[in-house]
Amino acid sequence: MHNKTIAEISRDLAAGEYSSVEITENLLSRIKQTDNRYNSFITVSEEQALAQAKAADARRAAGNADAWTGVPMAHKDIFCTNGVLTTCGSKMLSNFVAPYDATIVENFNNAGAVSLGKLNMDEFAMGSSNESSFFGAVKNPWDTDRVPGGSSGGSAAAVAAQLVPGATASDTGGSIRQPAAFCGLTGLKPTYGRVSRWGMIAYASSLDQAGTITRTAEDSAMMLNVMAGFDAKDSTCVDREVPDYTATLNNSIEGLTIGLPKEYFRSDLSAEMQQQVRNAIAEYEKMGAKVKEISLPNTHLAIPAYYIIAPAECSANLSRMDGVRFGYRCENPQDINDLYKRSRGEGFGIEVKRRIMVGAYALSAGFYDAYYKKAQQVRRLIKNDFVNAFNEVDIIMGPTTPTPAFKCGEKTADPVDMYLEDIFTIALNLAGLPGMSISCGQVNNLPVGLQLIGNYFDEGRLLNAAHKFQQSTDWHLKTPDLKNQADI
Amino acid sequence: MALDQQQVRDIADLSRLQIDEAQIAEYQKNLSNILDLVDQLSAVDTSSVEPMAHPLDAVQRLRADVVTEENNRDHFQQIAPQTENGYYLVPRVVE
Repeated sequence: MHNKTIAEISRDLAAGEYSSVEITENLLSRIKQTDNRYNSFITVSEEQALAQAKAADARRAAGNADAWTGVPMAHKDIFCTNGVLTTCGSKMLSNFVAPYDATIVENFNNAGAVSLGKLNMDEFAMGSSNESSFFGAVKNPWDTDRVPGGSSGGSAAAVAAQLVPGATASDTGGSIRQPAAFCGLTGLKPTYGRVSRWGMIAYASSLDQAGTITRTAEDSAMMLNVMAGFDAKDSTCVDREVPDYTATLNNSIEGLTIGLPKEYFRSDLSAEMQQQVRNAIAEYEKMGAKVKEISLPNTHLAIPAYYIIAPAECSANLSRMDGVRFGYRCENPQDINDLYKRSRGEGFGIEVKRRIMVGAYALSAGFYDAYYKKAQQVRRLIKNDFVNAFNEVDIIMGPTTPTPAFKCGEKTADPVDMYLEDIFTIALNLAGLPGMSISCGQVNNLPVGLQLIGNYFDEGRLLNAAHKFQQSTDWHLKTPDLKNQADI
Repeated sequence: MALDQQQVRDIADLSRLQIDEAQIAEYQKNLSNILDLVDQLSAVDTSSVEPMAHPLDAVQRLRADVVTEENNRDHFQQIAPQTENGYYLVPRVVE
């Protein structure tokens, strides 16, 4: 039963094929037996999971079951979970048992879902390979010598390894879409403000957005139905009606206009990658979609703008990690400054420290206009590119990443090498637009992701387009070779 | 834009980060590379562009000035490194 989707499990539970306790026990034992290969979980919350499963089965027996009652899933360790360790992949929070639930965690609890635990991630969501976690690197189930992508690498690896059918994740510059692409999965980053950020440990507040990693678009829609909506506790959350995202999955895409940004099909993108993406576009044309070449002329400025804005915001957000009220504190501080400096120096990993320092520098007196204000201006230029494009097309498509999953250690020497990995994903966060990645082919037996970019609050159309592709192709059904693992 | 080693020490100090002296050179190199990357922005003419702080250009939402939070001090202080009589303890600040 470990290879089932969320939708299938929901139907099986309703049909009485097995109980929530049975599938929860099955997945928990699978995690115990196989996750040492992937390191996708930081915390497995067995007791809480079984208690939730029992409660779900009792609700079903009483005739009060909904779509999510008793369905197992797991949360990225960036979301606060009341009474459960919440580390954000950092030594700084390695002892932080959150005293409250994030809004989306509460939403899944209220929906009756069963949370199996907390998933590994790049430290404070800073990374594109899941190699910066204090709890060790995560491995890609397709090839354990390769990275699963990041920062939601644990979410992606756990779903790809069939340890959990779906997981929450977060995306500040590509942290959902890139790992989904590397692990052959479906990743959804909603519009900025569509999902509450309350209780999601902040990295760059004007870019962060919670989303999902699943096997299918149908499952993403089921998860977004639970997650989306207004939350007074997040001041940037948008008060806007939430449609039933599963209701429009099967809409016809006849006449859908797809924009292909010429900047995303660069000459240095390998012919094999281009071919996989072009094949997917051809599939859409077969389904009646029209294709139009567009231009997003400021694409090349997205990474530079991001590496001002995100570090600047993180330097402010991470100032709360000071060794005073929660988290790691150094031993025997000599004075208050020593307490701050050593707690932070010892508690943060090297990439986090780099970004805090870049941010502090960019925001320091005399540099603000040259860096932060400039980046915010460029950010508007990038947004305007998309606004203009969406006057002509309904949806934009291209590759999610420049290459399939790279080797562990391949890009750790120079941080800028790692940053360039997010060239196709980062502009969406700057613009605040929703995006998805779906598996659309393979290069050298590694999955290739097709990125779908939608207009603001057009998640329904994205999910519809992704679902139609998955109805007519089977790339999303391909799984890594797990047969050497105990098949339980 | 290249930083010198003293600038790296100053930024670390501003950021309240203890950095080992042995690592200063590596930070100097990596931070300088990052600043080179972002310096591409300086070539862009943005003189007539309004800075964008929020993707949807939303403004701060206001709420009625009423108490909504419960007092959870004891609950929250359970996870603090050191407390006494409801206060967070730090090394002596005032002699």
